[in-house]
Parts: sequence; C-alpha cells; structure tokens
Amino acid sequence: MRTLLYTEAIREALDLAMAADQRVYVMGLGVPDPKAIFGTTAGLQAKYGPQRVFDMPVAENGMTGVAIGSALAGMRPVMVHQRVDFALLALDQIANSAAKWSFLFAGKQSVPLVIRLLIGRGWGQGPQHSQSLQATFAHFPGLKVVMPTSPYDAKGMLLAAIADPNPVVFLEHRWLHSTFGHVPPEHYHAPLSQALVSRPGSDITLVASSLAHIEALQAANILAQHNISAEVLDLRSIQPLDRETIHASLKKTKRLLVVDHGWKSFGVAGEIIASMSEIAFTDLISAPQRVTAPDHYPATTPAHANLYYPGVAEIVNAALHMFKRTPMSESDMQLTIPLHRDVPDKNFRGPF
Amino acid sequence: MTLISDKLARFTTMLRIRMVEEMIAARYDEQEMRCPVHLSIGQEAIAAGVCAAFTRSDYLFSTHRSHAHYLAKGGDLPGLIAEIYGRNTGCVRGRGGSMHLCDLDVGILATMPIVGSTLPIATGAAFGSKLLGDQRVTVVFFGDGTTEEGVFSESLNFAALQQLPIVFICENNLYSVYSPLEVRQPARDRVALAAAHGITAALGDGDDVEAIFSLTENAVARARNGGGPSFLEFATYRWREHCGPHYDNDIGYRSEAEFLAWQQRDPLARTERELLASGELCAATLSDIKASLQDEIETAFTAAREAPFPDESTLFTDLFVPTELCVQAA
Repeated sequence: MRTLLYTEAIREALDLAMAADQRVYVMGLGVPDPKAIFGTTAGLQAKYGPQRVFDMPVAENGMTGVAIGSALAGMRPVMVHQRVDFALLALDQIANSAAKWSFLFAGKQSVPLVIRLLIGRGWGQGPQHSQSLQATFAHFPGLKVVMPTSPYDAKGMLLAAIADPNPVVFLEHRWLHSTFGHVPPEHYHAPLSQALVSRPGSDITLVASSLAHIEALQAANILAQHNISAEVLDLRSIQPLDRETIHASLKKTKRLLVVDHGWKSFGVAGEIIASMSEIAFTDLISAPQRVTAPDHYPATTPAHANLYYPGVAEIVNAALHMFKRTPMSESDMQLTIPLHRDVPDKNFRGPF
Repeated sequence: MTLISDKLARFTTMLRIRMVEEMIAARYDEQEMRCPVHLSIGQEAIAAGVCAAFTRSDYLFSTHRSHAHYLAKGGDLPGLIAEIYGRNTGCVRGRGGSMHLCDLDVGILATMPIVGSTLPIATGAAFGSKLLGDQRVTVVFFGDGTTEEGVFSESLNFAALQQLPIVFICENNLYSVYSPLEVRQPARDRVALAAAHGITAALGDGDDVEAIFSLTENAVARARNGGGPSFLEFATYRWREHCGPHYDNDIGYRSEAEFLAWQQRDPLARTERELLASGELCAATLSDIKASLQDEIETAFTAAREAPFPDESTLFTDLFVPTELCVQAA
C-alpha cells in the first residue's frame, strides 16, 4: 500500500490536475519559492512553466478578483495563501463576487475557483496567523468549504474541488501537513459533500473535522477503555453540511458531541447541534455538547497555549460528562501529545 | 559638538539594534522564545536614521519586522525581550510576541504582521492628529510588498487629499518572504507612483544613516508645518532568513554572491569606519559603548527569562475595555 505525506498528496493532486487540464493554473505568494508552500507546490513550475505556476503580487483582494475573472473567461485557477488569515483581505471578492456570481447571473456563469488556505497554530503565531475561519466562509451561501483530514481525502477532494464548477474554500491545517497515509497514485475524486464514518460505534457520536478529527479518534480510543463505544464522523465538508450522515449516526448512538477548533459562538459546532435539535430531537437522550475554542483569541505566549486550545482530554471529559461518569485527569490518559499545545510534536524546533 | 553627539547617537542606535538582534539569534535555538522572529540585521540604518528625526510623542506604526523600529523610536528594551519570551512583563504581556509590539510612552502604537494593514491605520492616526491639532507627525514603516496592496494607493490618496502629517517609509529589501520584487512588480518607479498622488517623494540609500536622517528630517519638518505627507523609499537588504535566526542563502531563492555584495555595504560597519576616520569616535569609546550595551542587553534577557508567564486568570481578559472608560474618552 502506497503511503504519502499530506503535503505530497496535495502536490500530487495539483500535478494530476494540471496534467489533465490545460486550464488549471496555480498562483500564490511563495508558490515557486524553494519552500514551495511547505512542499505542496514543489517542482510544479519546472514541469508546467511560469505561465501556469507562479508567484503573485502581495495583493490578496485584487488577485482574487483576477482569479475570478480568469475563471469566468474559462480558466481553472487554484489560489493559495500560506495562512487563512490573509484571505480576510480578499473577503470582498470571495464573499461579494465569487459566492454570489452564479446566483446573481441566474446560473449562466459560475466561478470554478479553488482557494487553498492553511490554518496555522502555535509557536506564538498569535491571533492574526492562527485563526480557524471555517464558519466564516461557510456562512456565505454559494461557497463550498472543505477540510480534509486524511492524505487520501486531501488528494481526492482537491481534485474534486478543481473539477467543480463552483468556488471551493479548501482548508488545510498546518499540523496535518506532516501526517501520512494511504494515497493511490491514480486520478480520483473524494466527495465534497459527504461526511465519513471513520470509526463505527454505538454509544455516542463524535463529529469533527481536520485536526480536531484526529483528536476525536484519540478520544474514542480512551473512551473505549471506559466501555463507551464512540462513533467518529470525519465531517470533511463544512458547507454543504452532511446532516443525513450525522442524523443516521444519532439514530444509533442517541448522543452528540461536536468538536471544532473555531470559536464556540455562531460556529460550526453550534450549527450542527442546532440542525440536529431540529431534525433529531426525539432521537437524542442527552443534551448535545460541543468542544471548541473559547470565544477569545490565543495569545502568543506558550503559557496560554494549553489553556486556550481544546484537546483530547477535553473531548474525553465532555463525553464522560454526558454519561455522568467521573472526569479523568489528563495524566491518566497517557496521551502521546506534546507537553505544550503550541507545537504539533515534540521534535518541532520552530518557527513555522 | 551637538552635531557630533547626534551622529554618535544614531550610530549607537544602530549598534544596539544589531547587538539585540544578534543576541536573539544566538539564543533562539534554546527554544524559550516560542514565537516567530523577523530580524532586522542589515536594515538598521533606516530605523536609526528615520526615528532620529521624530520626537518621542510622534506616532509610529510598523510591520512584522519591527524590532529595529521599536528600539530606534525608544521602545523599552526589557519590554521587547520579555514579550518575545512570552512573559507577563512583555510590552503587551505575552499577548503579541515579536510581531505585535507597542510602547505608548514613546508613541509606538502598533506593529502588525498582516501586509499593508497598518498603512491606512497610520493614515488615520495622522488624520486624528490633524483634527486635534496636536502637532504630532506619524511615521509608518512597510516593505516593498505593501506597495502592491490596494490600501497603499488608498492610503496615499487620502493622506494627500487631506495633507496629513505622515511620513511613509518603504524599506525595499527586494523580497517578500522569498518572492523577489521582479516577479511581483514590473520595473516601475514607486517614488513616481507616490509623487503622482501629489506626495513629496524621494529614493534614498538605505545604508547611509546620515542621508536617511536628512531626508526624513525635511519630511518631518514639512509635515509638522502643514506641508503634507512624504514618501521615502530606501534600498536595503535582510541578512538572515525571512523568519528565524539563521541564514538561508543555501535554499536557492537568492545567491550567496548577492548576499555578500550587500553584506559588504554593511551600514553599521560603514558608519563605524566614518566616525573613526573623522575622529568623532575612538576605539576606546567604541569599546566602552559596546560593553555598556552588552550589559544592558544581558540584563534585559536575564530579567525576561526570570519573569513570570502571564497568569491563567488573564486568559480571557481584555476582549473589550470597560464601557465606562469609553464614555470617559468620549
């Protein structure tokens, strides 16, 4: 079975998309530089030339408009920003133009644009380089918003996003870039609208995406030691939200715990709980719960990282609470995560 | 005598910045400064020359690469080092780290890592000063990349329209992260671009601290006398990697030869040579200055490392200031 890093899976998807379709081009600050967006665009300029793989001016909003215009004219742009936060400069073009284009022009035109955005975290990147803005983008009807967790889905969903005739916001967590998994070499699509049952279970449903999904899987292992069988759903797509798969799981487990690294209020977790309260109210036997970032910003100081970011321990204890069990101490969980939640692993030497 | 001591002061500012940055670089791998650091080594003359033309109460805004500006404007050194160490004694109590500095006692309102974001904010500060008639002049530092942002044009337009007391300082170090200027902009004249907005604009040598000071002094005098904004671009070069303590000429975005050519122009060594040759500085004085700075810097690092981290109770504070404070201010 062939194994690739998450970054290699992204790179392979871009490579295959560009080979298959002359209309696909990739632009972003740093795309052709030696670090190649953490390796995800490595070698592409040499292979496809500077007309199709290129650096851009530091002009997020303007260049998003350029990408939209070129998409209207028949191209398939893939834009990338090294941090999600930089896309806020382009929110006018993303929200006012790309998201509304098809609607405004009665479906006569659409914007086949993929915007890859990298979610930073830790090592003192601070509140302007580490935001989880999936709810912000998902709030605008007309945008597809996806957050693949596995390298397999990263490749398949990126290929599907590029093939899609609509604008897709493709969110990659920096801490997933160094993970690896099975990735077939061929061209394939993974769905942009379906959650995945990544671990079957019968007592409680844990819904999460991206890095939070990895944490939910670890939490499920610990819950199993308490004879609690957790079913884990990898959301994969935020917008559209796969309410059917979540509901189907709740019919079985009757308990819902949502994990999301966005802020608590007005967020993804809130939307899922609200939806399920509407359609699955009678299936539930306990109040749905959520584990999220607090309604506040992470300071750069490492002293606050462990206090700010929710992790495996918080998920486990939120679940135990729903079963009226005694909470566990973090040390009893024997987690392999690093001491400080400002680094992805103990070998990390900084800076990002 | 005054002239000589001012020149020496500007040299000392440069030397102090260099020594602080070198100490950060030397200690970064100890893993105790857990935040990104964008070092100003090689770019010290602009900070020292520009800031010497401003008063303590004038406003300053800067970027992610701001240690030099902060120090040259008189920002508190222990506050800077403690901030990088994430301590409660940092200039923003560990909230911001290296990229979000502030020292209101000397007019440093904010440094920010989002490219271009402080340009309109600085323009607004100058607008406030004009409305209040407080005689302050605002300086805003930014890189070549910012001139590609829409807010560059928007800010210059409003500053010229309102004849605001602001000096725009473009530090052109040829790269935005690792993306060279020539792949981001056509061979255009940014000074002419600013001038087309009706702004007094000039290009200067970023390694000549005295020339930088003179140009800025004129711009500040004009702004303070109601003569409106200025735009100054200085050519310079970042010696170390974009982010972090090391050199990165090996990774391939720029050549070792280019780096060495710029290193030859070292603004600090050049100023030191000039001062020694003219007799304004002697070897013994230089040695005393270095020893004194070394003491000051070591004291700041020791204090930072011994300082407490922010308490858990501050985790969720300050999202809003108390409403009664706003009412008072209004």
